Amino acid sequence: MSIKDLLTPFTAWKRITKEPVTIRDPFNDRPGAERYRGFHKNDVNKCIGCGTCEDICENEAIDMVPFKDPISGDSGLRPRLDYGRCCWCALCVDVCTTNSLTLSNEYTWVTVDPEDFRYTPGVDKKAWDDNEKGWKKPEGSYEFYNINRVEMHHLHPEDRDKSFVEMVKGYSREQAIAEADRCVECGICTATCPAHMGIPEYIKAVRHEDMEEGLRILYETNPLPEICGRICTHKCETVCSIGHKGDPLSIRWLKRYIADNVSSDKYKEILNTKDLSNNHKKVAIIGSGPAGLSAAHYLALMGYQCTIFEQYEKAGGMMRYGIPEYRLPYDSIDKDIDYILSLGVDIKYNTRIGTDITLEQLNKDYNAVFAGTGLHLGRSTGIPGSDNEHVYYATDLLRQITAGEEIEVTDQIVVIGGGNVAMDITRSLARMQNQKFGKVNIITTALEREKNLPADLEEVVESREEGAIINPGWAPQSIEIENGRPVGLHVIKCNSLFDDTGRFNPQCDITKKEFFPGSMIVQSIGQGMDLSFVNEDFKKDLEFGSRGRVVTNAYFQTSVKWFFMGGDIIEGPDVIHGIANGHKAAIGIDNYIQGIDFTPAK
Amino acid sequence: MDLTKMFQFNADRSSYPELDANGKPIIDLSSHKYLKLWQGPQHPGVTGNMSLELTVNGDEIVESKTHVGYLHRGFEKLMERRKFIQCFPTCIRMCVAEPDPNEYILSACIEELSGIEVPETAQWLRTLALEMARLQVLLRGVPGQAGTFSLGLGYQWGNYIRDLILDRFEELTGGRVYHMYILPGGVRGLLPDGFKKRMEENLKLVDEFLVNINDLMYNNIVFKQRAVGLAVIPVEWIDQYGVYGPAARAAGIMRDVRKTHPYLKYSELDFEPYTTTASDVYARSLVRWHDLKMTVDLIRQIMAKMPDKGEIKAPTPNVMHWRIPKGETYVKCESSRGEYGMYMVTDGSDMPRRVNLKGPSYTHATALLERLLINANIADTAAIMVSLATCPPEIER
Repeated sequence: MSIKDLLTPFTAWKRITKEPVTIRDPFNDRPGAERYRGFHKNDVNKCIGCGTCEDICENEAIDMVPFKDPISGDSGLRPRLDYGRCCWCALCVDVCTTNSLTLSNEYTWVTVDPEDFRYTPGVDKKAWDDNEKGWKKPEGSYEFYNINRVEMHHLHPEDRDKSFVEMVKGYSREQAIAEADRCVECGICTATCPAHMGIPEYIKAVRHEDMEEGLRILYETNPLPEICGRICTHKCETVCSIGHKGDPLSIRWLKRYIADNVSSDKYKEILNTKDLSNNHKKVAIIGSGPAGLSAAHYLALMGYQCTIFEQYEKAGGMMRYGIPEYRLPYDSIDKDIDYILSLGVDIKYNTRIGTDITLEQLNKDYNAVFAGTGLHLGRSTGIPGSDNEHVYYATDLLRQITAGEEIEVTDQIVVIGGGNVAMDITRSLARMQNQKFGKVNIITTALEREKNLPADLEEVVESREEGAIINPGWAPQSIEIENGRPVGLHVIKCNSLFDDTGRFNPQCDITKKEFFPGSMIVQSIGQGMDLSFVNEDFKKDLEFGSRGRVVTNAYFQTSVKWFFMGGDIIEGPDVIHGIANGHKAAIGIDNYIQGIDFTPAK
Repeated sequence: MDLTKMFQFNADRSSYPELDANGKPIIDLSSHKYLKLWQGPQHPGVTGNMSLELTVNGDEIVESKTHVGYLHRGFEKLMERRKFIQCFPTCIRMCVAEPDPNEYILSACIEELSGIEVPETAQWLRTLALEMARLQVLLRGVPGQAGTFSLGLGYQWGNYIRDLILDRFEELTGGRVYHMYILPGGVRGLLPDGFKKRMEENLKLVDEFLVNINDLMYNNIVFKQRAVGLAVIPVEWIDQYGVYGPAARAAGIMRDVRKTHPYLKYSELDFEPYTTTASDVYARSLVRWHDLKMTVDLIRQIMAKMPDKGEIKAPTPNVMHWRIPKGETYVKCESSRGEYGMYMVTDGSDMPRRVNLKGPSYTHATALLERLLINANIADTAAIMVSLATCPPEIER
């Protein structure tokens, strides 16, 4: 130690000349950094209340509370923050499925009431609501789950455009697990599904590779998983929370994966339906479509003896006779239906109510009757020439193709219609043209414009891949007939379909004309119901509502107490509504037969 | 004038108490020769909630017991009931002063057990965050040693620059104290625009600080008188007591995980940790001064070498139900206090089966401190404790 050690510390005095570094007014002079994790903000109109923020919060600082203006595909809840618990880790922001939740860079908040610190961002107005700075989910590929769908293998157009072989190949084990991993279990799908299937639960079963548990969950609400797993209109996927910033989950394909991976001979064991009780009550079911089969299934589980009356020689209704085989192979239909029939459900084929047996007779022989007869009657455009014998209805042609009947296929076809049925007939006829002529020459036209086409986008894309021309936005005017045969369709441009009040009121431009040549015209502009099985006297007892539909209550009971109706004739049209209706009607029928009073709201 | 003599006081401490055959002190409190004195759990000289039960004879400590249990939060146990992503905000509080190594070792355990490769850019950013964390700790830790001898001025200088480093943390991570930046799979953000420039301005202040604190502390006769020769850790204790980091390097044992088991990007950086042999409080403090100097150099190297753009996070399974296969691992890094590691066992579920943190404070502040305090002066207690860089939150996770 030296004198230097005594003197050196005094060099600290040189700092006396330095300016002070204190911030005089930190409340105003010191804003938080650009990505500071300050107080929460939520764009409540973008938020869907999926609750993933609540799930990830390890401090349980977030509660989902009711929100007054929910939108469709919304849980009706919004996150409420408790700043007595929050640690501002911002995992809630990073995991948010809609990117609606963010943090502001505001960090000072003084209030006298501790309750203020529990608030719902976006609903309870705060000074920092318009603060654009603060923490947001980092940009780029930074995600807490895969927002991209696991690609489903489809047959290439050149491999499928001549055959009716199923074009969607289904997921492998690895693909299914990877796809199931994307689910955040928000349950908005369940709320949206007409049958309220336990979707997050069966996706979890896929993740855990527990197919038996998966099958049990499927059959709780849906006895046609093979079918629905292929052709369901998947309203669940439309609202899937992951779809807000990426691809929605392939819920439909995951359902199919479970059903495909359980052998039908294990169904009874897994579903515990080997020994069903019998309550010696009988129910007649008209039509073996999704509604009828669903009702039969759930009634059979309750011990009822069900008899299905089917007008065609095979069961399935529109699922068999309306949907082409390349979308829904017949063995998949058979797997689902055979299981339902194995529960002791009796089926009488080639039996038409009204001609082979009357409704009154059914009433005498059975405790209740359920009708799910579907929409089988094609609707005509009514334009000049539409009564020609070479102008067809799509539903008729699709049924004939399934039944193996010979149908006319010419080398130039025009289809009128923009829905999924129009795409089904387009693609079926395209395949047949390819088989017969080696090329496709088919034009499908519709009133709606491209972006408003009622058909699923994938159907339109795939139709085009298979060589069909989809040319929407035209109103059919007349069918040109020469020598007793159509030669083409005259159309004019259709600019809009609905007026300002939302009423159907097509606006056309007659100066823009087009002629689609075709020696065969197919109309696919919707279907109607065939109530010919109900005689006129009985019809008087039925209550009819708007658009000629029979009025039913929430359990699909008509004004005639023993007569229940469901499926496309009441709701839909699609398979999943039919399944949901059949299930609900089964509960209604059970209540009715047992004499339990049920006074539903509808 | 013989300054050495002027400041000398009798270094020959009393021979009380007598030792028994096992070397244990014979303390008879009823003899009125001894006094029980508690230092902590609320005491400015204790760097957190921990307590020392001292038995003193006059101003000399004859026995010391470390008591913990004032801060127990059970984070290790809590993590057994948290999803892996939820462990991330939990783990950071295991050492409050330097949270980033907590984040790193947790993330590294999860990544190793689930086989995730962290992107290059994220690895550089992690290295930067860890060095910045060391920087802000040492800016208080280095002058803090003089603070324990009542020289608080350097601490004020260091704390100001530390605040500026926290500003850099704020703009990089969104948080000042709990950064929550290094998460399983990567990090949570690239460098903001102009970050390097602002950081360099701050580093220049640290350069200046290093010179000033050298003048204030290390060439200070009072500091030297109190610190030199105080609480010497003999080299053979290093292994016996599990001494790590700067405390080991002050005894001439090269213990620095960055050098001995390089992780992240340390193998691509040029540095040589300082070692000395005196092993007293002065030596340990000097090692930290050199560490601070080296950290400044490392941050400059990192900022020069790191890419500006790139992926910041590897894709992970869905964090809401991330299941990690059965396995176990131990991952370590070098905190400012020494080797800081985490042992994690997974059982194939979506939560860890067991998490155990291994920090240097556990050994330094219990067995080693109890031994070092014997025959020390009461006034040196805080200095000895701080020289071991004790962090009570890390002892009681």
